[in-house]
Amino acid sequence: MTSGWWLALVVVAYLGLLFAIARYGDARADAGRSIITPNVYALSLAVYCTSWTFFGSVGRATSGGLSFLTIYLGPTLMCLFVGVLIKMIRISKAYRITSIADFIASRYGKSQLLAGLVTVIAVIGVVPYIALQLKAVAAGFDLLFGAGGHPFSWWGFDTTSLIAAALAVFTILFGTRHLDATERHEGLVTAIAFESLVKLLAFMAVGVFVTFVMFDGLGDLFQRAAASPELAQLLTLEGQRPSTWISLLLLSALAVVFLPRQFQVIVVENVDESHLRRAVWLFPLYLLLINIFVLPLALGGLLHFGGQAADPDIFVLTLPLAAGAEWLAMLAFIGGLSAATGMVIVETIALSTMVCNDLVMPMLLRSTWLKAEKSPDLSHWLLLIRRLAIGLILLLGYIYFRAAGEAYALVGIGLISFAAVAQFAPVLLGGMYWKLATRQGALAGLTAGFVVWAYTMLWPSFARSGWIDAGFVELGPFGITWLKAQALFGLGGLDEITHCLWWSFLANIGAYVGVSLATRPDALEVGQAERFVDVFRYARRLPDLQLWRGDASLHEMHALLERFLGAARARDQLLTYARRHGVADWRNLAVDAEFVHFAESALAGAIGSASARVMVSSVAREEHLGLDEVLNILDEASQVRAYSRELESKQQALEAATAELRAANDRLRELDRLKDDFISTVTHELRTPLTSIRAMSEMLYDDPRIDLVSRSRFLGIIVSETERLSRLINQILDMAKLESGRAEWTSSEVHVADLVRESMATLEHLFREKQVELSSDIPDQLPPVLADRDRLTQVLVNLLSNAVKFVPGGQGRVRVSVAIDGPAIRVAVADNGPGLTADESAVIFEKFRQGGNTMTDKPQGTGLGLPISRQIVEYFGGKLWVESAPGAGATFIFTVPLPVPDA
Amino acid sequence: MSKKILIVDDEPNIVISLEFLMKKEGFEVAVATDGDEALAQVASFRPDLLLLDVMMPKKSGYEVCEALRVDPSQAGLLIVMLTAKGRDTEVAKGLAIGADAYVTKPFSTKDLVLKVKDMLGLA
Repeated sequence: MTSGWWLALVVVAYLGLLFAIARYGDARADAGRSIITPNVYALSLAVYCTSWTFFGSVGRATSGGLSFLTIYLGPTLMCLFVGVLIKMIRISKAYRITSIADFIASRYGKSQLLAGLVTVIAVIGVVPYIALQLKAVAAGFDLLFGAGGHPFSWWGFDTTSLIAAALAVFTILFGTRHLDATERHEGLVTAIAFESLVKLLAFMAVGVFVTFVMFDGLGDLFQRAAASPELAQLLTLEGQRPSTWISLLLLSALAVVFLPRQFQVIVVENVDESHLRRAVWLFPLYLLLINIFVLPLALGGLLHFGGQAADPDIFVLTLPLAAGAEWLAMLAFIGGLSAATGMVIVETIALSTMVCNDLVMPMLLRSTWLKAEKSPDLSHWLLLIRRLAIGLILLLGYIYFRAAGEAYALVGIGLISFAAVAQFAPVLLGGMYWKLATRQGALAGLTAGFVVWAYTMLWPSFARSGWIDAGFVELGPFGITWLKAQALFGLGGLDEITHCLWWSFLANIGAYVGVSLATRPDALEVGQAERFVDVFRYARRLPDLQLWRGDASLHEMHALLERFLGAARARDQLLTYARRHGVADWRNLAVDAEFVHFAESALAGAIGSASARVMVSSVAREEHLGLDEVLNILDEASQVRAYSRELESKQQALEAATAELRAANDRLRELDRLKDDFISTVTHELRTPLTSIRAMSEMLYDDPRIDLVSRSRFLGIIVSETERLSRLINQILDMAKLESGRAEWTSSEVHVADLVRESMATLEHLFREKQVELSSDIPDQLPPVLADRDRLTQVLVNLLSNAVKFVPGGQGRVRVSVAIDGPAIRVAVADNGPGLTADESAVIFEKFRQGGNTMTDKPQGTGLGLPISRQIVEYFGGKLWVESAPGAGATFIFTVPLPVPDA
Repeated sequence: MSKKILIVDDEPNIVISLEFLMKKEGFEVAVATDGDEALAQVASFRPDLLLLDVMMPKKSGYEVCEALRVDPSQAGLLIVMLTAKGRDTEVAKGLAIGADAYVTKPFSTKDLVLKVKDMLGLA
């Protein structure tokens, strides 16, 4: 066995190392180079893993199988609600929240009564948990100290009391160097993160040793366990009660946030909201790692010590010892010590802050003693109160350990605390999201939940240890069976945790909601509710300034700050505030609403928001704002928000309308440009024939002696150009009518075959003149279509005359074919002319764009024939297009839909 | 020696009238019907004055004018733009790229003849 004094030396050295790390972290923070990274933050959350995890999980697994996992799955689930956590952090930073009691009290109108109640519940609820740490460390110490069967004692003190005392001294040295509770304890957080690493490494080292050295790996362990019927039971989910699983999941999910130390590390010690994003996956990963070897250790212990009466809660120590690996047992003890000290330090610091700010201060502030004590600086008193509180809490832990500790396994004790802090959840979460919740409701809910918890969980734990009479548990108080502590109203068959959770939450939430709805909040509560629930909206703390009206003197405010913060810190804070407002000397500061708010927040950091409120109102002559007035101001604020939202949406609508107008304007401009171009083109087309006509006429007029040949030639040109002009004007008018929809249409049955033959006959002379061959392929028995006969003729004549124009004289061939193509009649006019490029094929259907480029090819048309034809065909619901390639002739095709047969 | 005039237009009837008109005044006349041909004729025929239509296939009158104005060997060539496009912007554009005169169609034959003679220093 290890020498006891050697062990004590190692423990002292380890605590010394922690102290050094904390000093280093503080020094870095003071120098402005914070050591708190997202990883350190995530590791500090692992303060959740205490002796319970380190020793107790293995114990739990030996009896409850896989159910030990719920305690770690719950927090993992909680990490999914990162939005809730961020809101909590945002609120705490905005209003300088120092603890969970402060948070709840501040939300419900900075109520001292509520803060005190939360503090009492937290202390009573968490004391068993602290006792658990003492028990675990003491058990380990006794085992390693080699006292064997008889417990160690020193001058009449047992191991547990010595450990409690040592932890108290250590925590006081460690955690109460500063006064301002909102000034984060970065050194502390760093040390906690370090401890998290130590306990993880130690636990995994033991796990690896047992699994791979004492046994032949996981496979071997599980096979040997499966061979024993009792052990095989632990590996399955059979026999696990779903109700137990659900309540354990819920409890641990709530505990990971609402335990005072968890609230401290997650919310109060948070340096940067973004760290949470890392923590929500790193922390669950940590939990996974520290649980990997729990079941192997439990099975290994049961297999190794099979039959012997060995305490499964200390398998982590006894297994290495049994294998002779004393150094590993030592490491495991250090790991367990890490887990316990981390928990005790943070928990007691958090609790002592609450006790000081929310229990002792309000009493002192009311007592005559404080009024008599004229000392201008009370800050050292605050520190003293906190130190005493730390000692007291550890003492209570020790007392609970003596009273009830022996009767429970580690995990059982821990769950009592979990169920206690879970009572905070309804009022805290409700307060963040429900504006109607009132202080009366919160008081009622907390009280109801706490009383039910005490009756169904705490009291029976005393009874079980035989410290008080167990009759009320087994028979009910005074023999009233429906009041049996663990089967209220006859609700039996549940385990005690589920039973307690069910009834306490029913009472808690019922009273909270019921009383909240039945009572009216006062002015301060309404303001706080607005600030908490809408914290993301009040980024600039608009209503703070409006919700305070009054008068105070700078001298009095300064004295107040000095009294609770100390002269140096008070001056620092004032200087910072003055600098932020561009005032060189703080003595010239204006004492306005903003200044009072600043002073109150600074005080809140030291003595909690409730006490700060009382102190500020004691020196400031405040104008009391009525509830209606507060509601009006808040209403105005929300109206302003609504207006600005409305303005914003109006502005967006305006922008959209402007964009639409701009687009419409662009379209109009484009149309205008097109019209302008059209007119310019039309003018050009009209002026060209007019030029020839005028020139020829003037020449004839000026020179009567012109020779006869020239004279008749000029007159011929004048005649043909006049015809061209008339044609052009007619077609422009036609086009304009078609485009404006004012053209008159007739509709009759048209036999396309007849129409094609007639059109060919009309133009036959043109073909004959140019010696172009015109052939056709027209089937008999085509059904008639509904159309305007003259318009359709116009299209066909246009296509035929285009064709004869472009084919070479003498060898030109034009073929017209008519066919039924699906639901339409299709007419194609194919020529063997020069053909069209793809570009030309598109362009020729535009107005005044003709094919043919050279003088000899200069077409005689107006450039409107095809656009007009297309308009006509499309009017009938058909299509007109061209299929062509350069050198391969062109085929103009149009379709006219057949009438839909009457159904 | 008589002055040479090159008529550039793609409308055959306008070419006929201009040719007749200029020949009657005693000018030596050549004809081109598109921009490319116009540039070739300027090089071979070496006219003193160009009657240049704007809307032509292959190269517009503007392009022909620009090409001639950067050619130092054609520095003395007179250019009269003849166009059916009469918008102010088009007139301004023609003068800006170096035309000596801008005549809108339909034109008065008398005025055109006078203008041509005047430009050639024959009035």
